[in-house]
Amino acid sequence: MKTAKKETKAPAKAPKAAAKPKVAFFDFACCEGCQLQITNFGELLLDVLGAVDVVEFREAISEKWDGDYDVVFIEGSIGDHHAEERLKKIRARAKVLIAYGSCATTGGVNGMKNGFELDEIRQSVYGKDYKLFDSTYTKRVDQVVKVDYYINGCPVYIPELVEVLKHALRGLPYTVPDNPVCAECKLNENVCMYERGVACLGPWTKAGCNSWCVNNGNICYGCRGEVKNPAKNAANDVISKYNLKPELITKKFEMYNKCKEGVK
Amino acid sequence: MANVKDLDIKVEYVTRVEGHGNIVANVKNGKIEKCEFHVVETPRLFEGMLRGRSIFEAQHITSRICGICSCGHSLASVKAAEDALGVTPTEQTVKLRKLLLDYEFLDSHILHVYLLAAPDVLGVPSFIPLIASHNKTVRQVLRLKKAVNDCCDILVGRHIHPITMIAGGWTKLPSKKEIDAQIKLLEGMAEDLGEVLKLAKTLTFPDFHRKTEYVALVSDDAEYPLLNGDIGSTEGKRVSYKDYKKSTNEYIDPRSSAKWTKWSGESVFVGALARFNLNADKLHPKAKALAKELGFKPVCDNPFLNTVAQVVEIVHCYHHALDILKDLKKNGLDYSEAITVGVNEKGAVPVRAGDGVGSVEVPRGILHHNYVTDKNGMIKTANCIIPTNQNVSNIEHDFAKLLPEILGEGKDKIRLKLEMLVRAYDPCISCSAHYLDVTFVE
Repeated sequence: MKTAKKETKAPAKAPKAAAKPKVAFFDFACCEGCQLQITNFGELLLDVLGAVDVVEFREAISEKWDGDYDVVFIEGSIGDHHAEERLKKIRARAKVLIAYGSCATTGGVNGMKNGFELDEIRQSVYGKDYKLFDSTYTKRVDQVVKVDYYINGCPVYIPELVEVLKHALRGLPYTVPDNPVCAECKLNENVCMYERGVACLGPWTKAGCNSWCVNNGNICYGCRGEVKNPAKNAANDVISKYNLKPELITKKFEMYNKCKEGVK
Repeated sequence: MANVKDLDIKVEYVTRVEGHGNIVANVKNGKIEKCEFHVVETPRLFEGMLRGRSIFEAQHITSRICGICSCGHSLASVKAAEDALGVTPTEQTVKLRKLLLDYEFLDSHILHVYLLAAPDVLGVPSFIPLIASHNKTVRQVLRLKKAVNDCCDILVGRHIHPITMIAGGWTKLPSKKEIDAQIKLLEGMAEDLGEVLKLAKTLTFPDFHRKTEYVALVSDDAEYPLLNGDIGSTEGKRVSYKDYKKSTNEYIDPRSSAKWTKWSGESVFVGALARFNLNADKLHPKAKALAKELGFKPVCDNPFLNTVAQVVEIVHCYHHALDILKDLKKNGLDYSEAITVGVNEKGAVPVRAGDGVGSVEVPRGILHHNYVTDKNGMIKTANCIIPTNQNVSNIEHDFAKLLPEILGEGKDKIRLKLEMLVRAYDPCISCSAHYLDVTFVE
């Protein structure tokens, strides 16, 4: 399946600076943790609420809106027919659409579903009655509609979220840095996970999270998606230097990046 | 006002893991024809996706079942993994996990009680109007939430999808400075917490009662059981966590893609009220004092008061967390326990074939994870039973009793009480805050 290009371009119709932009949040198949990151702003949340007009945010408020949206945040991946139609309808009403969090930008952990035969995995959970519940292969948001901005991460990294939001509200383009996580990890002076005896996806994964997981003693799981041009030779060097099976790395990558292969 | 004779109610809201849920109720000539609770989710099939993954990845993956309860899922997951592997966590590891669970309860309950449940009682559609009318309280609540969140950032790297807490132990342990920082953050909450508790004491809830079976962890020691214990019920039943299937008896109902559960009767209640009903005598003395002041006693069979049980648990977890931190400050930590595991490339944790269960109390009730692994630690089958699923049947039974009792109150009150009942269960932040589209045919 052909997928939309990932480069971010300035959207044609940016919201006017004078009026308070109407912002809405919608969630699809996901854990809703990325929406929750917003409530973790603390009192800063009140400042953000002062700058925009949040017209729909199901996780926190009951209010509804039936007009057009200046900016919509789409959280979650698309995993059934109803969701696909709902997303298209939202896109039609939205001037700017932001794919928000790994499930939206890469398919996230939901993509692992695509590693199985669909009927088999559905049956494994629901037994013989599995057809009662609609379920399709997982798609990223840009495999269904046009995306204007990407905020990667599982969960999203708040400083990056603020940065992208500022760009989106001003109608400016935002380009996700295309360095590997290692670039940030080195600056944070972490001991390389490979030196500590375990395989880490930092060398292949887009930076922008300030090497969040490695700073905390864990490996990078690749939640932000792959860099555009991974240094293949360097990667092969890493794999051979540490005597790793390439399948180990591939398998680790499939946790967040299975949708990359497109939908069967 | 005359009784509503004909009523056609369709309540739509979205749950977190269980997806979209609907309530459908029909009344004809004053007689209830239908009162059902449907969960129509996008099945995410986590249990299926876990197959073939390393047991050491299970925490990372299952944390993503729910952003709100990610610490709870992580705890159930690491316990199930260790149970399968035959690994016994160290005393320090257990202590830190209990601390994390206290933070999870504080964060979740504060959000639910004040930003989601309180607007109902104060007669507004969400906390947004409260920013103007109750600005001081909203600020206090947001500050409290932020402080707990900051504690989690220190302890596990972040609150949503914890990083450092894994099967086998901790990848990073809090430094002395970081223990002090958490104590300071918690102590800094005291004033705001006192203020918002005052507000909680003024909230009034509908008077509704229905006997049901309350299910929660129970134990023989003196601590309010949240992380460890057997599964007990107010029907006098008790089984080992290993036998969680006896207490859940999952079944599929075509109306819901969430699986349903039952034990002794037709429905069970899990959550703060169940814990309070089974373990009130083990609460922290400060929490006990608050319960007494509120006249709140076990066994309470008013589901609306689940919110009050949460308020009591806020006080319990706050003091319990402080006690753990002060103990850690006094006795220090053994930093040699920090581990690097990955997918166990270097065999940091011994692996065997196994069948492990982890049962943990999370804010919304008892949560079970169960993994069967092969000799290489690869997951063969997985099963996760989520609190909201366990409550689905109980919500439906409550509706069946509540609706006839309030038919005379007019549609606005019926609408509000139905919404409040659903929110009282705190099925998930997302669902409880979502609009309820209720239509009446009269």
